[in-house]
Amino acid sequence: MYSFDYKRPSSLDEATQMLRNSDDGHVLAGGHTLLPTLKQRLASASDLVDLAGIEELKGISSADGVVTIGAMTTHSEVAASSEVQNAIPALADLAGGIGDPQVRNKGTIGGSISNNDPAADYPAALVGLNATVNTTSRSISADNFFTGMFETALGDGEIVTSVSFPVPHSAAYCKFPNPASRYAIVGVFVARGSDGVRVAVTGAGASVFRAREIEAVLNQGFSASSVADIQVSDEGLNEDIHASAEYRAHLITVMTKRAVDKANG
Amino acid sequence: MSDTGIGASVRRKEDLRFVQGAGKYTDDMNLVDQVHAYILRSPHAHAAVRSIDTSAARAGEGVVAVFTSEDMAEVGGIPCGWQVHSKDGSAMAEPKHPVLAEGKVRHVGDPVAVVLAESRTQARDAAESIFVDYDVLDAVVDMQAAVTDGATSVHDDVGTNVCYDWGLGDKDAVDEAFSNAHHVSRLDLVNNRLIPNAIEPRCAIGDYDQATGQFTLHTTSQNPHVIRLLMGAFVLGLPEHKLRIHAPDVGGGFGSKIFHYAEEIIVTWAAGQINRPVKWTADRSESFQSDAHGRDHVTTVELAMDADGKFLALRASTLANMGAYLSTFAPCVPTYLHGTLLAGQYSTPVIYCEVKAVFTNTVPVDAYRGAGRPEATYLLERIVQVAADDMGMDATDIRRRNFIQPSEFPYQTPVALIYDTGNYEASLDKALENSDYAGFGNRKAASKEAGKLRGIGISSYIEACGIAPSNVVGSLGARAGLYEAATVRVNPTGSVSVMTGSHSHGQGHETTFAQVVSEKLGIDFDSIDIVHGDTDRVPFGMGTYGSRSIAVGGTAIVNAIDKVVAKGKKIAAHLLETSESDIEFENGQFVVPGTDKAKAFGEIALAAYVPHHYPLEELEPGLEETAFYDPKNFTFPAGTYVCEVEVDPDTGTVEIASFHATDDFGVVINPMIVEGQVHGGLVQGIGQALLEGCNYDDTGQLLSGSYMDYTMPRATDVPSFSVDTTVTECTHNPLGVKGCGEAGAIGAPPAVINAVLNALSEVGVTNLDMPATPHRVWQAIRDAQAS
Repeated sequence: MYSFDYKRPSSLDEATQMLRNSDDGHVLAGGHTLLPTLKQRLASASDLVDLAGIEELKGISSADGVVTIGAMTTHSEVAASSEVQNAIPALADLAGGIGDPQVRNKGTIGGSISNNDPAADYPAALVGLNATVNTTSRSISADNFFTGMFETALGDGEIVTSVSFPVPHSAAYCKFPNPASRYAIVGVFVARGSDGVRVAVTGAGASVFRAREIEAVLNQGFSASSVADIQVSDEGLNEDIHASAEYRAHLITVMTKRAVDKANG
Repeated sequence: MSDTGIGASVRRKEDLRFVQGAGKYTDDMNLVDQVHAYILRSPHAHAAVRSIDTSAARAGEGVVAVFTSEDMAEVGGIPCGWQVHSKDGSAMAEPKHPVLAEGKVRHVGDPVAVVLAESRTQARDAAESIFVDYDVLDAVVDMQAAVTDGATSVHDDVGTNVCYDWGLGDKDAVDEAFSNAHHVSRLDLVNNRLIPNAIEPRCAIGDYDQATGQFTLHTTSQNPHVIRLLMGAFVLGLPEHKLRIHAPDVGGGFGSKIFHYAEEIIVTWAAGQINRPVKWTADRSESFQSDAHGRDHVTTVELAMDADGKFLALRASTLANMGAYLSTFAPCVPTYLHGTLLAGQYSTPVIYCEVKAVFTNTVPVDAYRGAGRPEATYLLERIVQVAADDMGMDATDIRRRNFIQPSEFPYQTPVALIYDTGNYEASLDKALENSDYAGFGNRKAASKEAGKLRGIGISSYIEACGIAPSNVVGSLGARAGLYEAATVRVNPTGSVSVMTGSHSHGQGHETTFAQVVSEKLGIDFDSIDIVHGDTDRVPFGMGTYGSRSIAVGGTAIVNAIDKVVAKGKKIAAHLLETSESDIEFENGQFVVPGTDKAKAFGEIALAAYVPHHYPLEELEPGLEETAFYDPKNFTFPAGTYVCEVEVDPDTGTVEIASFHATDDFGVVINPMIVEGQVHGGLVQGIGQALLEGCNYDDTGQLLSGSYMDYTMPRATDVPSFSVDTTVTECTHNPLGVKGCGEAGAIGAPPAVINAVLNALSEVGVTNLDMPATPHRVWQAIRDAQAS
C-alpha cells in the first residue's frame, strides 16, 4: 500500500470539499474492493475520504411503495431489515448472499454500485427493480447508471447518497457463484412490476444488462416453462478459467428459470 | 486404558494457546534492530536478465542494502536432497538452482533481487525502483510440448527438458502378460497441480551474533535439522555448531514447509553481511508463486485381466512436472513414492511404471500431502473402476477378486515394497456397511425424481508411511537418512521432557506423544512436556512428513523410554536391595513381584539426581536417555472410502451427498486427533477432486494466483464425514502404529471422481479430469450428448 492521507468528513458537503481539494482523492465506503486493491499496489490515492462518519448516508426507509436505502448501509443491514424483507424480500435475500459475513458487515450498497464490478450482485437488483440512484447532484435511473466494466455515470466528485427501489409485485434473484471468489458467474434478478417483467443479468457480461428477449417471453407468461427453450446468445459474454461464454449463456437460462420459480413462490 | 494413555481421546494440549492467540509463530518474533527484506521476483516465466540497475533502490529512504546474485557469488546453489537415476543408469539432470537469478529467470516468482530496509514498505518501495532489463523468451509450460524435439530448454546446460527417464518393474514380463490378456483397460488421466496454501505463510528471520559467530535462522519449517544440514553444509558453508535452526509454532505445512527455500538462505546470509537481523514474511500472493506446488502428472495407465477380471499386469507411463528447478525432494515423489505404490491392495503379479520428469517454466513441484501416493492411488483406483465397467463387474467384486489376502502377509509386491500386514476386505466390508452400499439404488431413484444424477464411487487405497530404512533409501538416491531421534529427560522430581526430532505443525504431537509417555511410564500426562523444533534443544532428527511422526518419531521415544526404564530398574534394585532381574516396572512403580517392595518412578528419578544412596561405582547419576530409531520397513495404512455424489445436470454442480471412510492405521493413540487428521485429509482430497486447479496460461503466467481464482475447499463444500477404523497392527514397531496424516488426501480423489463418473454414466460421460468443476462437468455432459 502506498501512503495516503485519511480523511473522515461528517457531512456530504465536507466530503465533496475534501475530494475537490485533493490531487487524487478516492471515496472510501466499505473498502472491500478498494483496500485490497491498494494493498496490492494496484491502485493508489492521495487521499481517502471515508464516508463512514456521515449519518445522512445511513439507514433504510419505506414510503409510498418505494424502499430507499442509504448509500452507506451495509449488506448485512439490508439483509436483516424487516422493511426490506417485507417489501422486497428478493433484495434482502440478495444482500444476504453477497460475499461472506465479513464482507457483508462492512461492504455497502453505495460502494458496491459505484465500483460496478461486472460480477457484483447489487447491480442486478438495481436494474431488475428499475431503481433510481440518488447522488449529491441528481437522480439517475439504474438503466443509465451502469455504463460499462467498473464504470458508472458518476461524475468527478459525485457521491451516491441513496438508492430508491420501487416495490415489485414479485421478484427473485438466483446466482451461480464462482467457486473460488463467490462472485456471480451468472446472477439473474427477475422482477414483475407495474411496467412488466424486468430481467437483469450480472456476471455474464462487461456490466449488468437486461435480457430483453427473456423479458418479452416472460411478459407473455411469467413461468419457468416460458423460458425453458430460450437459448441465449453467448456473443460478447465473459470468458475466463471458470466459465466459457457458452456456459454463461446457458446459465442465464437456468438461473432465470430458477428465479422465476422462486418469485412465483 | 487410562484417560490420558494410548487409545484415549485426550483434548489437545496445544489448542489452548492456539485458540487464545497465544501461539508463537515465526512472524510473531521481532528481533531488536531487525531490518525487513523484500524480494523482487520475476514477472516473466522465462527471460534472460541482461542487466539489473539497483542504484535508485540503494538510494531509497530507509534502505540498508540491495543484493543481487553478483553479491552472493560465494553462496552455493540450493541443493536437491534426492538423486534419481534413469533407466539407462545415468544420473538425473541437476541444473543449478541459484538463490537469486543468475542471468535468467525461469518462473513467475523466481527471486531476482533483495532489498533490506528499515520497514517493509520502504523495502517494497525501493524494490519498485530496481530496473531489470529482461529479454523475454518463449515459456515452456505444457509438459507434452516440453519433451518434444526442438522444444525451448528451461536450462540451457541440460539441453532437453527431461530431468530423468525412470523405470521400475519387469517390462518384458508385463508386455508379455498384456499380449496374452483377455481384456486390457486403458485410461489417460491428469493429476492436477495443486497450490498448498498452509494457513501461515512462510516466514524467515536470520540473525547473526558477531561476538560468537553464531547464526540463527527462525523459520517456518517441518524439519529444522534438515534445513541446518542443507544450508550449513551445501549453501553457506557454516558448521553445525555455529548454526541454529528454530522452527517454533508452525501453522500447517502439508509438505510445503519441508523444503529448503531461497528466502531462508537470503535472510541468514544477509544478517551476516549487515550484522543485523533480517526478517522476511511472504504475503499470500507471494506464497502462490514461491511455495513448492504439488502433484501435476499426466499419465497413461493400462490394466490387463483374464476372463474372470483377475489382474494380470499393470503398465503406467507418466510425465511428472518438476517445475523450473529441483526442489528438495522433488525427484523422489513421482518415482519411489509413486511407482512403488502401484500394486495398491491387489495381487497384480507384474507391474511396470515409467516416469519422465520434466522441467517447465513454472513454480517447482514437490511433495504435498501424500506426495506420490495420491497420484499412484488415483491412477490405480480409476483404472480399476474402468476395468470393472469394461468387464461388467461390480466395483466391489473386482476388488475382492484381486485383494491380497490376510494369509499372504508379509507380501512382496512386484514394485519393491514388502507389505507387513493388512486386511483389505475387512475395511471394504465395514465401509460398505456404514455407507449402506446395498441401498444405493433407492437413493439413486430418489435423486432422479428430483432431476439429479446420483453416483457412488469406491477407492481402496494403500499408502506407505515412515519411509525407511536409511540404507535402502540411500541406495535409491536419498542424500539423507530417514531415522528419527528422541531424548527422554527425566527431571529430578519425576516430570519428563521429551526432545523429539519430529516437528508438529498442527498434528498435535504435544498431546499424542505425551500420551505415549504417560502410558509407558505410568506418570501423569500433565507432567510431560514435548519439545521440538529447535536444533539447539533436540537431537538430530529428520522432522515431520510422510505420516512418519508416530511410526518413526514415536518409536524413537519408546526406545528412549525403554532405556530409561532399564536404568531405573538398576537404581531400584540397588534401593530395594535386590537383584535387577527381580524388578518389574508397571503402572509407574518399580516393584518386586510377590512382595510389597516398590519404588515409585519419582523416587527413582530423585535418587538418580541426588545420588546419596546410589551405586555410583557401577552407574552414572542422572536419568536421561537418547534413542535413534531407523525403521526396518515402511508402514502400510490402508482402507476403503465410499463417496456418494449428486450432480445437477443443468449446472454441472457436484454435491457430495455422503462420504464414508474406513481406515486401518494400526494402533490408534488418540482417536479424536486421528479423526481430525482424516477429516483434514479428506477435505484436501475433495478439494483436489472438485475444486483446486492451478492454472498457467501459455506464457507461464499463473492465472489462479489468488483466492479469487484458486478454489480452496470451504466447510460448505464437504459433508459431515463418517469415519471408522479397522485394525491390523504394524508388525515392526513397538507401538503397532502406521500413521494417519495423509490417508484422506490419498484415498479421497478417486472415490469422488469414480462417484461423479458413475453418476454421469447415465448421460454418456466416460472420462473426466480433476477438478470436476461445474463448468467441466457441464461441458462433459454437453460433449457426450453432442456425440
